[in-house]
Amino acid sequence: MIARTRTFTWLFATAALLFAFGAQAQAGQAPDALVKTVSTDVLDSVKADKSIQSGDLKKVIALVDQKVMPYVDFQRMTSSAVGRYWRQATPEQQKRLQDEFKLLLVRTYSGALSQVNQEQTIELKPMRSQPADTEVVVRTEIRGKGDPIQLDYRLAKAGDSWKIYDVNVMGVWLVENYRNSFAQEIGANGIDGLIGKLAERNKSAAAKG
Amino acid sequence: MIGRFAPSRVPGALTGGLLALALVGCATIDAARGGPGQRLDPWENWNRKVFNFNTDVDNLVLKPVATVYTDVMPQFVRRSVANFYNNFSDAWSAINNILQGKLQAGMEDVTRVSTNTLFGLFGVLDVASEMGLDRHYEDFGQTMGRYGIGAGAYMVLPILGPSTVRDAVALPVDRLATPPAFFDSTGTQVGLTILQVINTRSGLLGATRVLDDIALDKYTFVRDAYLQRRRSLVFDGNEPETPQPPEPAASEPAGGAAGTAAPSASAPPASGPGAAGSAPAR
Repeated sequence: MIARTRTFTWLFATAALLFAFGAQAQAGQAPDALVKTVSTDVLDSVKADKSIQSGDLKKVIALVDQKVMPYVDFQRMTSSAVGRYWRQATPEQQKRLQDEFKLLLVRTYSGALSQVNQEQTIELKPMRSQPADTEVVVRTEIRGKGDPIQLDYRLAKAGDSWKIYDVNVMGVWLVENYRNSFAQEIGANGIDGLIGKLAERNKSAAAKG
Repeated sequence: MIGRFAPSRVPGALTGGLLALALVGCATIDAARGGPGQRLDPWENWNRKVFNFNTDVDNLVLKPVATVYTDVMPQFVRRSVANFYNNFSDAWSAINNILQGKLQAGMEDVTRVSTNTLFGLFGVLDVASEMGLDRHYEDFGQTMGRYGIGAGAYMVLPILGPSTVRDAVALPVDRLATPPAFFDSTGTQVGLTILQVINTRSGLLGATRVLDDIALDKYTFVRDAYLQRRRSLVFDGNEPETPQPPEPAASEPAGGAAGTAAPSASAPPASGPGAAGSAPAR
C-alpha cells in the first residue's frame, strides 16, 4: 500500500527546481553545462531569498521570467502536452494555453521552492549523447540531506543554443504527464474547455493563497 | 505479459483472490488492446470508484491523523520512526538488488542495513546516509519487471492506492519484509502497521497538498505519474525513450474536429507535437 505510495514520495514535494536554471548561461554552451549553470544559479537565488522560500508567487514569477524562460522552449512544452490538438487551436487559443500552463507550472514550482535548503547542490550525471545529436537528455541529481532527488531535462538544439522542453522529477516527465489529462479535457469540452479548466485551477489556487 | 508469470512460482502467501485477479487481468488487458486510450487502464470505471473511496477515507481518517502526528510529534521522533521503517525497506532492497544481479548496489544496501542496525540503534538513526552511503530502493515489483514481466493494467487498490497487476502480485511478497511480519503478537502487528501508515502518510502531506493545485483531474494525474515512476524505477532511471503515440490516450473529442488537422498546418516541424512524438527511440 503504502509501501507502494511510499515510492511515490517524489514529485510534488520536490517538483521544486522544476525550472531550476538561471541566467549566465551562454549561447553555444553544451547542454549539460547549460543545465548546470542555470540550475545552480537559480538554486543560489532561492537560497539567498527568504520570500521565495516562503512562496511569494510574484517573486517566483519574476525569477522564472528572468532566469529560466530564456532557456525554455515553452511553446514546445505546451504543444507537446496538448498533443495533436495543438494544430487545431487558433493562435489566440495557443497563446492562452501557453499562458495558463505556464502559470500552473510556476505555481507548482513556487510550492516546491519552499523545499529548497541550504545544503542542496546539483550534480550532473554522465550523459550519453553524440556530438551530432539535436535532442539530448541531461541527468542531474539534487544532493543534500536525505535521498538524492533525480531531476532530468530534455533539451533540443535551436540554432547554436539549447532549450529545455521537458523536466523529469524522480522518474516522471512532467509535460508528458499532462498529456492524458489535457486530451481528456479537450475530449470532453474542447480546447476552450481546457483553457477554462486551467484558468479555474490557477484562480482557485490563487484564492487559497 | 502476465501470461509469462508462471503461477507455480507465486509464493504461497498470495491469496487466491489476487491470483484470480491477475489472471482476469491477463484476459481483460488483451481484450482491451483495441483502443489506445484503454490500453493501460481497462478498468478505469472501477478504478475511479476505488480512487474516490480512497480519497474519502483519506480525508476522513488518514490525512487528519497524519496532520496531528506531524503537529504533535517532534521532528526527531518522526525522523526516527521513518528511519526505523526505512531500515527494513533497505534490507528488502538489498535482497531485491541481489535477485536482480545488481551485486554492488546490493552489497551497499547490506552495508547500510548493518551499519544502521549496529550503530544506529536498530535503524532508528540513519548513520549510513550521514556517511554518504546512498540507498538503492528496489522492491519485488521492480524485480519482476527486471525479468521482463510487464506492468499489466493499472489498478487502484482499496486503501492501498495506485498499483498495477504486476505490482499488486508483488505486494504480498513485499509485505513479508515489513516490520509487522517479524512479530507474532497480533497487537504488535497492528500497532506497527498503523504507525507505518501514519509515518507514510505524514511524509506525503506536502505532496498531496500540491497535487490538489496542479492536477486537472487527480485520478489521471496520479495514474500517469505512478506508471511513469514505476517504469523509471524498473529501469533505474535509464528507461528507453518511448516514441509518443500520435493519438493521446483518452477518448475521442466530442467536437469531431479530430482528424481534420492538415499536416501542413501552422506548427513548424521542429516544435510540432508530431515531430516530438515521432522521434525514434534512441
